[in-house]
Amino acid sequence: MRFSLFSLARQALGGHARWPAQWRSPEPKAAYDAVIVGGGGHGLGTAYYLAKEHGLRNIAVVEKGWLGGGNTGRNTTIIRSNYLWEESEAIYELSVKLWETLSDELNYNVMYSPRGVMMLAHTIHDIQVFKRHVHANRLAGIDNEWLTPEAAKDFCPPLNISPKLRYPVLGAALQRRGGTARHDAVAWGYARAASALGVDIIENAEVTAIRRDASGAVEGVETTRGVIKAKKVGVVAAGHTSVLMGMAGVRMPLESYPLQALVSEPVKPVLPCVVMSNTVHAYVSQSDKGELVIGAGTDVYTSYSQTGGLHVSAHTLDAICDLFPTFRRMRMMRNWGGIVDVTPDRSPIIGLTPVPGLYVNCGWGTGGFKATPGSAFVFAATMAHGEPHPIAAPFSLERFTTGRLIDEAAAAAVAH
Amino acid sequence: MLLITCPYCCTARPESEFRYSGEAHIARPLEPATVSDDDWAAFLYMRTNPKGLHAERWRHIHGCGRFFNALRNTVTDQILKTYPAGTPRPGLGAPAEGGR
Amino acid sequence: MAGLHRTNGGGRVDRTKRLSFTFDGKAYEGFAGDKLASALLANGVHLVGRSYKYHRPRGILSAGAEEPNALVTVDRGRGRTAPNLRATQVELYDGLVAESQNRWPSLAYDFGAVNSLFSPLLAAGFYYKTFMGPRLLGSNWAWHKIYEPLIRRAAGLGKAPSLPDPDRYANRFAHCDVLVIGAGPAGLAAALAAAEAGARVILCDEQAELGGSLLSEWSVEIDGVPASSWVDEAVRTLAASSRVTLLPRTQAFGYFAQNFVALAERLTDHLGNPDPAAPRERLWQVRAKEVVLATGAIERPIVFPDNDRPGIMLADAARTYVNRYGVRPGLRAVVIAACDSGYAAALDLHRAGTAVAMVIDPRANGDSGLAGSVRAAGIEVQIGATVTATRGSQRVSAVQIGRAGTEGRASTGEWVPCDHVVMAGGWTPSVHLFSQSRGKLAWSDDAQAFLPSAIAPGQAQRSAGACRGVFGVAAALDDGFAAGRAAVGREPLGRTFKVTHDITDFRGIAGSHGAGARGSKAFVDFQHDVTVRDLKLAAQEGFRAIEHVKRYTTTGMATDQGKTSNINALAIVADHLGKPIPEVGLTTFRQPYTPVTFGTIAGASRGDLFDPVRRTPCDAWAQAQGAMFEDVGAWKRAHYFPQAGEDMHTAVARECRTVRSAVGMFDASTLGKIEVVGPDAAEFLERLYINSFQKLGVGRCRYGVLLNEAGFIIDDGVIGRIAADRFHVTTTTGGAARVLHMMEDYAQTEFPDLKVWLTSTTEQWAVIAVQGPRARDVLAPLVDGVDIGATDFPHMSVKAGRICGVDARIFRVSFTGELGFEINVPADFGADVWEAVWREVQKHGGCAYGTESMHVLRAEKGFIIVGQETDGTVTPDDVGLGWATGKGKRDFVGMRSLSRPDMVRSGRKQLVGLLTADPKRVLEEGSQVVEGLRPPAGTPALGHVTSAYWSEALGRSIALALVADGRTRIGTRLNVPMPDGDVAVDVVTPVFLDPKGERLNG
Repeated sequence: MRFSLFSLARQALGGHARWPAQWRSPEPKAAYDAVIVGGGGHGLGTAYYLAKEHGLRNIAVVEKGWLGGGNTGRNTTIIRSNYLWEESEAIYELSVKLWETLSDELNYNVMYSPRGVMMLAHTIHDIQVFKRHVHANRLAGIDNEWLTPEAAKDFCPPLNISPKLRYPVLGAALQRRGGTARHDAVAWGYARAASALGVDIIENAEVTAIRRDASGAVEGVETTRGVIKAKKVGVVAAGHTSVLMGMAGVRMPLESYPLQALVSEPVKPVLPCVVMSNTVHAYVSQSDKGELVIGAGTDVYTSYSQTGGLHVSAHTLDAICDLFPTFRRMRMMRNWGGIVDVTPDRSPIIGLTPVPGLYVNCGWGTGGFKATPGSAFVFAATMAHGEPHPIAAPFSLERFTTGRLIDEAAAAAVAH
Repeated sequence: MLLITCPYCCTARPESEFRYSGEAHIARPLEPATVSDDDWAAFLYMRTNPKGLHAERWRHIHGCGRFFNALRNTVTDQILKTYPAGTPRPGLGAPAEGGR
Repeated sequence: MAGLHRTNGGGRVDRTKRLSFTFDGKAYEGFAGDKLASALLANGVHLVGRSYKYHRPRGILSAGAEEPNALVTVDRGRGRTAPNLRATQVELYDGLVAESQNRWPSLAYDFGAVNSLFSPLLAAGFYYKTFMGPRLLGSNWAWHKIYEPLIRRAAGLGKAPSLPDPDRYANRFAHCDVLVIGAGPAGLAAALAAAEAGARVILCDEQAELGGSLLSEWSVEIDGVPASSWVDEAVRTLAASSRVTLLPRTQAFGYFAQNFVALAERLTDHLGNPDPAAPRERLWQVRAKEVVLATGAIERPIVFPDNDRPGIMLADAARTYVNRYGVRPGLRAVVIAACDSGYAAALDLHRAGTAVAMVIDPRANGDSGLAGSVRAAGIEVQIGATVTATRGSQRVSAVQIGRAGTEGRASTGEWVPCDHVVMAGGWTPSVHLFSQSRGKLAWSDDAQAFLPSAIAPGQAQRSAGACRGVFGVAAALDDGFAAGRAAVGREPLGRTFKVTHDITDFRGIAGSHGAGARGSKAFVDFQHDVTVRDLKLAAQEGFRAIEHVKRYTTTGMATDQGKTSNINALAIVADHLGKPIPEVGLTTFRQPYTPVTFGTIAGASRGDLFDPVRRTPCDAWAQAQGAMFEDVGAWKRAHYFPQAGEDMHTAVARECRTVRSAVGMFDASTLGKIEVVGPDAAEFLERLYINSFQKLGVGRCRYGVLLNEAGFIIDDGVIGRIAADRFHVTTTTGGAARVLHMMEDYAQTEFPDLKVWLTSTTEQWAVIAVQGPRARDVLAPLVDGVDIGATDFPHMSVKAGRICGVDARIFRVSFTGELGFEINVPADFGADVWEAVWREVQKHGGCAYGTESMHVLRAEKGFIIVGQETDGTVTPDDVGLGWATGKGKRDFVGMRSLSRPDMVRSGRKQLVGLLTADPKRVLEEGSQVVEGLRPPAGTPALGHVTSAYWSEALGRSIALALVADGRTRIGTRLNVPMPDGDVAVDVVTPVFLDPKGERLNG
């Protein structure tokens, strides 16, 4: 049933009794043309684009828990594309372009809100780095502009630009098309649209083994809901990628870290945009519900525990209170953690693996949400054709052997 | 804030006294020049990243300054054993130490 | 003011102390000991808020931290407003000013209530299905420009303060043998037992008074005294012990690994006139050997149609208001009792003078031991009945009684007039902290609740009393006492407390008792307006995991985090799916238990204390001179020294001119310094740096370049050989700690065979650079014991000597291209030596210069700054430092990576100089370099400008850049496209001044 104000009104008259399930919950078939392991936004999106763009209909997404229960449902929903390197610009800008029409594409309101992402500069080094971004982005045709501290305050009134701050705000880079979206809706929207195209979405099915034939090629996965055969398997499992790839004998350049986020109690609109500060480690926006959504840094040690230390979120609140002294009496309502898979160069790995038929899309670290549509789009093309999509090609696993890294973190000193 | 027992200081101290330094038992090749690009990449970047027991390096940076290794369960974050750098990964037959 | 709603006596309020307060501008009175909620109820005020979505009138549901409805803003004046406080927790003080929220223009006449008219449209998840068109404007336009702003304005609860918070917050770390969380019967008994055994005990409770549920008991007696007196005696006993710390008004909100528990203590919010200098709240970070969780249980509402009208309240809350605060919430009550607390409430209300019209028990076989007493009091009891509808616009006025199980059908039962409805749906153990500690919960059919089952590894804890399903005062006391004994390693004494009038049946019912007729709403999550229909719709639409239901309907996601609603929601979904509750699952409990002020967590970490400031020994002098400073790492460095009327540009031009023509002095104390000592020190540096050190003579210096194992430059600095086995290594300012850590790593773990010791000496030395043609003249009168003459002290050498009578290491080095020295003196003498040098510098017409001039002077010479010319992707060859690599070295850190395919390919970016065609035009750092003019969007860049300055020495602008195949492009013209047009640049070698280095000789 198509979603619209009209259908909503008609269903309301009927007491909403006839809304169907948003996605089917079939029993797994014995075999598919392709299996996606991981029912987050990237995995569901991959299945959707495989079906929509490449005509594959005999596809399954297997998810060990519930859809969108990993990082898709645990992040701070920041979307932007003002990255430094051309390879990064290409994939994140593709994503932003897809975000701009995603609600329509999926017939599901993902609430993409291009309210502007402002990255604060606190040192002369920050200024140099951000201006480099602004110039690089302008050359690439990506919006990103430099703001003086006063202009930054105009754009974001609660911001403290006092020169007496420990690390005063010396300026900001603003991407006006950056913003936020509703994270759960992305997973559900892709699931509903993929299911409508015939994709089987299989929840509560944990992959326990990846099967390979005599030649070493993939022939399927074993799950807690039975064996599922497939000649193409795409692993899109974020923090759990190392474990899954280990089942196929592939070692990965990944480490999984806890990443915390927190929300305040809801208040009336007070913060109109997204504000990021890498120097003092703070990321904050206000949800449509009114909560301040705040991202902290990762804990220092690898972990699969989905929690982190109080000192890590405390450090972020230190910074928030310094940058926004009017938020000091606001109260933290909920704090949670995700597991982020981090690569040595902080850029993702998208593509083929040494195992024929096995594909991987991982390593998004702390910045995967924004890339969801673009990542899914190029990964679907890569899986469909058996060779990297041009935008995915630089993000190959081989780059760690050749040394052709795409190091946003080192280059920019900016977290994703 | 984990509590970590430094095997040199023989006392449990808060995590903030320590610095995490990644997976343990990845030895730098003795003759890097003779190592293939693939093997060198494996040394530089490939990590076990297990869900479960992880042998990892810590340095008591705000204490004795020394590096040591720990066996930690990455699901519970419980540290089961700490031991000096350069010694082999122990089994867990002995009673757990480090943490409680 | 013993109005209709105050009892004639009793309770723990002080009726001799009257306090006045206002709510929405209207003045009221209460007593000392009141909560805002009890004081409002005492004044007959039930309508205190509006709901989130439908803006329905809402009253006070509970008497504690679980309150979903009664959220208010308390305004204490400039910057001291606090939104979203629960009226049930706000302690009354004289002059308190409270406002309701989420209503306009007023609480009674709220315009937002029109939402109720559209409520059929506003079903769970409606916003995912609409607000998308019209397509013509782009699918996102209408959402972002029209709908989202409207929704944002409508959402949110209170208003954030508009002024900075003037209050301060404290922080304390604590250790104890036993931390007892919760001071109800179980917690008090546990604390008594542990204290008796001599343990160091911390007992915390969220309430102002310790005692928990015992404070709400009227008839219960413990060991022969009323519960209330027993509490007073227990607290006196505990307070008398020096080993016991009592923390009332303190919420344990987070339980982390290894018995690390965070507590938030409220210090001044309950005071009418607090000392403005006193901290408002305090964060306790407690590491406990043992934790006793005595967190109690929370009563559940009963889910019946229109169960949200003001005047409808939990039974436990009604008992608390009557017994503890001496407040009659209503004059005529109907009690819906699915467990003993409802019957007990009926008795308490009756005793206090409220007419109890009827007790109805929705359980088909409901049979409370108290039913007899209730009937004996003349109150009608109906078993197997429920409420099928309610009336009343701003306060409940009547309820309709029907048979249980008539869900969805209009009932024709009798209407009972009332102004108060009390519901006792059963009790949910508070397992939040247990679950946060990563303990495993298991569903208990017996208790109809999730209870603690397995404690997480690494935690030493036990739960006691209601939070583990042990209900009733007597059982909780015994359980708590045993837990307190066990926590200190003692056998249980088998002590039992003698308790009268105890009640024991707390199980109740969960789930829906009828969604009611169309147009009515049976609320599950009051604050988020989630109804039974919403939950069923979510399940119908395929949201079957409880986390999905929660996220789709937003149940349990309000500020109360579902404390009263989660189990009902779970039961309703389980029932709809035909699954047992444990198969539907439980949402995760996360910290904090109740909201915690940001300021409490941040503590004193504000302003300069946000991050410690590092200052050099010469800093005070620079401040006195009016220097401008910049942040570099944690350091404050003098950026430039403006004289009267100078802006940065003219000051820097003057400083540069002075250095090149006479002499300048520069504070280089922030440079990292590491003393590398030992018989293998040279071999160690040989393995770390790209350079050779074995053959470096004693007294000589070398410019060292440090890579990471990936082959990229991460640090550089001059390294001097002080003795055969001793090196003075300098690092970048920002890299000092990182480099030392890396060196320690290699020394300890990769090269343990080398005898070498490392010591950070960054703060031990003050470093004064004296640069310029007159540098030697400046120093000559100050030094002794050392010949700084040209022949005896060549460029790149180091000597020990004395300056101003102070032992010093004197380097002859230059980061400006001029004759230069860097004097290292013990930091304590830094300021004095600086002053002495300054006097000499002035005699030679010199100046002090800051980091900006330092940058310009080195750029004129093409010297790189790590982090500016390099960005973690740059090799030595890329920046023209291939020459520094030691000849014939077999290995050094990063060497192997330099032969990887990408490192030896053509097209790598190389450091070059750029000269703008217009010599006055200074390029912008970070601007991009391309080949053609007016590049279209998407043109790949050849590279970027890393440094760009006005060069006073050259009378023109200069720039350094990393450009693809840059060295082969020298002599060509490229383009730097700027918003105002293309800027033509000529590619040159990156040394602009004195390429032969003749100026080094002065």
